[in-house]
Amino acid sequence: MRYAVGVDVGSTQTKALLLDESGTIVARSLIDTGAYLVRAAERSLEAALAEAGVSRNDVGYAIGTGYGRFKVAFGDDQVTEISCHAKGAWSLFPKTRTVIDIGGQDTKAIKVSDRGEVLDFAMNDKCAAGSGRFLSNSAEALGLDVSEIGARSLDAKTPVRLSTVCTIFVETDILSYLASGKKTEDILAGVHGAIGARTIALVRRVGAEPEITFTGGVARNVGMVRAVQEKLGLEVNVSPDSHYTGALGAAVFALERMTAAAQVLA
Amino acid sequence: MTEHHGAPDHDMTGHHEAPPRESPPAAARRAPVETAKAEPVHYQGRVHELQKELMNAYYAELTDIAKGRSPKKNAHLLIAGNPVELVRAFDMVPVFPEVNVLQIAARKASLPLIQKAEELGYAVDNCAYVKADVGLYLSGYEAPYGTVPKADLLLCNYVGCNVYLNWFEHLAELTGAPAVNIDIPFIRSADGEPSPQDIAYVVKQLEELIGLLERTTGTTLDWKKLQRTVELSAYVGEMWAEIKALTQLRPAPYDAYFDSVTMMAVLYCLRGTEEAARFFETAVADLKERAALGKGPLPEERFRVVIEGPPPWPFLRVFRDMFTRWGAVAVASTYSTVGGIWEFGFRHDPQRPLESIARHMLAQNLCNRTFLQRYDQMARYVDEWKADAIVIHSVKSCRLFSAGQGDMREYFAREREVPTLLIESDLEDPRYFSQAQLRNRIDAFFEALTQRRITAAAAAGGVA
Repeated sequence: MRYAVGVDVGSTQTKALLLDESGTIVARSLIDTGAYLVRAAERSLEAALAEAGVSRNDVGYAIGTGYGRFKVAFGDDQVTEISCHAKGAWSLFPKTRTVIDIGGQDTKAIKVSDRGEVLDFAMNDKCAAGSGRFLSNSAEALGLDVSEIGARSLDAKTPVRLSTVCTIFVETDILSYLASGKKTEDILAGVHGAIGARTIALVRRVGAEPEITFTGGVARNVGMVRAVQEKLGLEVNVSPDSHYTGALGAAVFALERMTAAAQVLA
Repeated sequence: MTEHHGAPDHDMTGHHEAPPRESPPAAARRAPVETAKAEPVHYQGRVHELQKELMNAYYAELTDIAKGRSPKKNAHLLIAGNPVELVRAFDMVPVFPEVNVLQIAARKASLPLIQKAEELGYAVDNCAYVKADVGLYLSGYEAPYGTVPKADLLLCNYVGCNVYLNWFEHLAELTGAPAVNIDIPFIRSADGEPSPQDIAYVVKQLEELIGLLERTTGTTLDWKKLQRTVELSAYVGEMWAEIKALTQLRPAPYDAYFDSVTMMAVLYCLRGTEEAARFFETAVADLKERAALGKGPLPEERFRVVIEGPPPWPFLRVFRDMFTRWGAVAVASTYSTVGGIWEFGFRHDPQRPLESIARHMLAQNLCNRTFLQRYDQMARYVDEWKADAIVIHSVKSCRLFSAGQGDMREYFAREREVPTLLIESDLEDPRYFSQAQLRNRIDAFFEALTQRRITAAAAAGGVA
């Protein structure tokens, strides 16, 4: 048995995923990226191989994606995470026509064909306004862990309206709301609402055609899923593997090429 | 547009980064990799050599004027829609602050000048050309390629950019040089033609300008010399149009964005001179020869693109490489029409010099036309130059020129179904350039185009 590997070296975390020849996910790994991208890619691969009990020699094809894609030293090729999120979302939900991906520093909306190909995409501009980092900075300003803020935001009774989506200035905004006696959950609902609105603006640029699949680490946040659905007025698909969508897409590309190569050689 | 003037390490196609793969993977030997990364060649033709020579001479003359070694008078002019023929007819030398500062940006030296202007109070998002030029003046006008003379006349013309008016006003305040502005009515007609009243209005101002230039130089206008200057502009316009048509061929013999800027330097700084005419004769011959041999700027032309917006001068090579690695060649660009549009038939007319200068200032430069006319221009490029896609490079410090590009992207992507990418950095300020972000968008765009080609080929029964 040979395996296809996708490694997504993101700005915050590195994800690796293994597919067997039938396209079944056999292992995943998730580590913090840190400062050494080559090592992060290496470690994530090792972790995924260990989980599957697979040797390195059984890897048929590997593709790197994410900002650190050129640092995946063992990779046979690199594909942007835009193509990989499209492919990954399509592989999880084949009726996907629009992908929303909120990552650590990027938010993107991708229009996808019925074959999982990118037809169009829109992204936040250079600053990290409205991205995952906005959520983690907000959590920090409130003394909370980023994993708990989504659920907390669902308890809001009177959400505040945040005036900024600036990842830096949100901290002073939050402090001033705290000073004026606002409840944590109301502030959090404002935080999620602000990112939701910003995300929907990107989605409208490419056209919000259903089905819509929400990918990336932030899709694990239930508050964010609700904020996006409310602003869109549509249900969105969220997979338990949402965090691995980029790595999955890369692995699907790797599997396609591995199969094509096998056919050529046969 | 003359980023390589005097730069010892310059090459015209931009030199390439290491191939994207860091170490040769073992698996690459086993599997066919769909490669999108063409190796660039380094094309340095006669065009580039001659341009360098002419621009060196041009800046040597400016330096002589600045140092008092030449008695010639100079006028500072803007690129878009200027009356340079009148300036040349008086034997004055035109100075182009935009050209001066973009060359400094291309040498990665613009930021300290920009910061100098910001210390004076210029805002972070103010036009970076303006700030770099003000910073250059405050640095004694000493540039890496020569010395810029203080203006004898600041000759502004309003073609839709009010920031430029304030720029020349500020230069007047700083330097004490006299400043005038020629008011150019914005094109309002649907067909893009100026009205007879518009033309009369501009011609009247040009007549007043002649009086001013006579007082500045202490000479009277030699009408025959003006006619000859205008005739030379017409001749150069004709050859430039011929050169532009060459990129309709497959492969395009040169890159209509990254190589056009080389020719634009001569077109703008030396238009109306015999030297410019000789340069374009060489360029036409050289590029036609390349076309006849089927030579392009890359070993393989995989994508033909139209590029809108000025280049990020501080990162020109890096930016070019982002296209080169995908085999993408610009077959047309709107940037190459900021100083004039000749490819659709306009020529100066030596029999009616003032009227034809007025027409050029009004309707035959990119900036004074409406956005819908810009759409039409780009649509013609897509259709007649047979482009696969459009790339819009938006300029962060120029909202006047960049506002509306989001709609432009939607118009082409949705209504005309031309794949269109919108990216953003700056023409002069390096702080707005994020290499990883830009490359990510450009890579994703060409990945998608590649994928669609594979799908289309498979649907047509070919091998995917």
